[in-house]
Amino acid sequence: MALIEIEKLTKAFGFMPALRGVTLSVERGESVALLGANGSGKSTLLRILSGLSKPTNGLIRVGGWELPREASAVRAQIGMVGHKPLVYENLSARENLRFFGRLYGLDARATEQRAEALLEQVGLSKRANDLVRTYSRGMFQRLSIARALLHQPDILLFDEPHTGLDQNASALLDSLLLDARAEGRTILFATHELERAARVSTRLVILQRGSVAHDGPSAGLDGAAVGALFAQKA
Amino acid sequence: MMPARASFFSAAYAIFRKDGLAEFRSRELIGSMGLFALLAVLIFSFALELNRQARIESVSGVLWVTIVFASILGLNRSMAMERDQGNLDALLLAPISRSAVFAGKLAGNFVFTGVVGLLVALVVTVLFNIPLASGWMLLLLVMGVLGFTTIGTMLAAMTVQTRARETLLPIVMLPIAVPLLLASVRATSYVLNNAAQEIWLPWLAILAVLDIIFLVLGVVLFEFVVEE
Amino acid sequence: MGVLTQAAPGKMKEKIGSTGGRPVLLTVISIIAVVSFVAAMAMSLFYAGTDVTQGHVQRIFYTHVSSFAGAFVVLGAAVIGGGMYLWKRDVKWDTFALAGIEVGFVLSLVNLFTGMVWARPIWNTWWTWDPRLTSAAIMVLTYAAYFMLRAGIENPDTRRRIASVYGMLAFSTVVVTFIIIRIRPDTIHPAVIGASPQNAEGGFELTSSMLATLSFAMVVWSVFVPWALMWWRIRLENVSERVNALRAKALED
Repeated sequence: MALIEIEKLTKAFGFMPALRGVTLSVERGESVALLGANGSGKSTLLRILSGLSKPTNGLIRVGGWELPREASAVRAQIGMVGHKPLVYENLSARENLRFFGRLYGLDARATEQRAEALLEQVGLSKRANDLVRTYSRGMFQRLSIARALLHQPDILLFDEPHTGLDQNASALLDSLLLDARAEGRTILFATHELERAARVSTRLVILQRGSVAHDGPSAGLDGAAVGALFAQKA
Repeated sequence: MMPARASFFSAAYAIFRKDGLAEFRSRELIGSMGLFALLAVLIFSFALELNRQARIESVSGVLWVTIVFASILGLNRSMAMERDQGNLDALLLAPISRSAVFAGKLAGNFVFTGVVGLLVALVVTVLFNIPLASGWMLLLLVMGVLGFTTIGTMLAAMTVQTRARETLLPIVMLPIAVPLLLASVRATSYVLNNAAQEIWLPWLAILAVLDIIFLVLGVVLFEFVVEE
Repeated sequence: MGVLTQAAPGKMKEKIGSTGGRPVLLTVISIIAVVSFVAAMAMSLFYAGTDVTQGHVQRIFYTHVSSFAGAFVVLGAAVIGGGMYLWKRDVKWDTFALAGIEVGFVLSLVNLFTGMVWARPIWNTWWTWDPRLTSAAIMVLTYAAYFMLRAGIENPDTRRRIASVYGMLAFSTVVVTFIIIRIRPDTIHPAVIGASPQNAEGGFELTSSMLATLSFAMVVWSVFVPWALMWWRIRLENVSERVNALRAKALED
């Protein structure tokens, strides 16, 4: 059974449909790039998968648990990086991670070690005890990624994680995405950067006005090929 | 494998601790609420030209109105803190119950407003020479503040999702808080006037009932307020 | 029952583009409401006896009391509508609650206005800071806040959810207004049901013709008038929803 199964998922905001019958199944270990114009439903899909938003209709199973009925069990396996950093400005990076460790019911000592390793990995070790409000946009995003990885989730959802990042941070993010893939995590990320999508993902899904317009492997495609595909489908 | 889960109390406590730590760092809430409360008490005493007799009558009103206005200030700020960096989403993404989020936020708001309430009571005691320091007054303060922050935490979570945000909280909160305000002010003036216990104990009971009703409503309805 | 089936949103999607005829029952109820309203007015003006102490002014009391009763009923119905919406997530329940609150708001204004007109000769003032009057005014403001809350939320689902919660909380002010003359001894407002407070000013004994008029007015104001008004309001809301749906559809194509 696939790790994520979505069947005929629809979501409407009032009468405005955001998703109209999305069917998608993602196997464990896949890295799926979600492409599509603004308003094509990428963010909505990710928010529904994370349990933040409720579907209007359709069936979703994540790791065997059904959404939205068993949302609490689903949330425990998901790490999400959204448009906003989702961290507290008046706490230091370390305190932020400690807090989220408690929310996810992690053991205090395990959180401490894991936080240390993650801060090292995202390059925030030196600033770990500074208040987050003194951070730059890129550092916010790094911390946000560390927060999403803290509880070792099976599934990572990234909503346009590259937006607003400088070269260094973007490159770091790419390597983190590849690392996470190597660790066997399943990744869905929404992005506007076609070249990057081709490089980091194993599969491309293009959404067009709330439906799947293209679904296929990204192996063998380069940025230009994805661009052509995108121009045709999105 | 079933992943580890935080219990209701450890999740609520974690949120409370986080708010406490952030407040300890910035002193944003208690600072602004406390300063506002001080100013309000001074302005009231100017505007009402409180003399000794008038004081006894109006001091409980001044006390509670100041606390309610200050609590609105703090509640708005506390919720804005969750909104600014999208943190409410972060709380909702965690595998914890929504009522734990409510309990955690409420605990923080209650403690901060309670501290400010104590400060106001102290200032009133000194400035108006009216002794507010008694066990019953403390109990009244705790129960009143609990009621206001319960209803306020819930309503602030609602208004934070609107366009008008900060401006809407007092508008939706003040009318709903009237029964609480009524009971708190009545009980306080009776206690200050050294009235017989059987006169003001019913007001304390009303206050307790209202607190319980609002707490139950908050725990039950908060889930509907924050979901999407 | 007819009120609710009118608002069925499940059918709305199929019905986009058609307007749907007016149900016979609605016509009947509307006629009953208008006729019985006129009859209640006539009864209070010509049938009910003139009060010995207050004179003709007392006649406004039938409208004053009944309009509050009506507000109590429809605002209470809105609580049920809100709860049902949160449970079933069916738009018709929110529409029902909204209609209830709008009608209840108007009825409370009628109640306040008639009260002021009565108070001018009896209490010698349009307005006084009596606990009952204050809490009635606060109640009206609470529902005004309800409308502001609704208007401030863009996403229709969020709006309905939050409005449902607030509509339920707001009813507490109605309950307070109802019971306050019983728990605040310092009010001068007379009680209609049960003993009036000691210092009530303007109370009177009900004669049998007065009681009959009051009973009839109560039924008119708390059953027929709100029933008809809410039904029309629900239909209006459905039409405006349909317009929104068509607009969304037109934008899409």
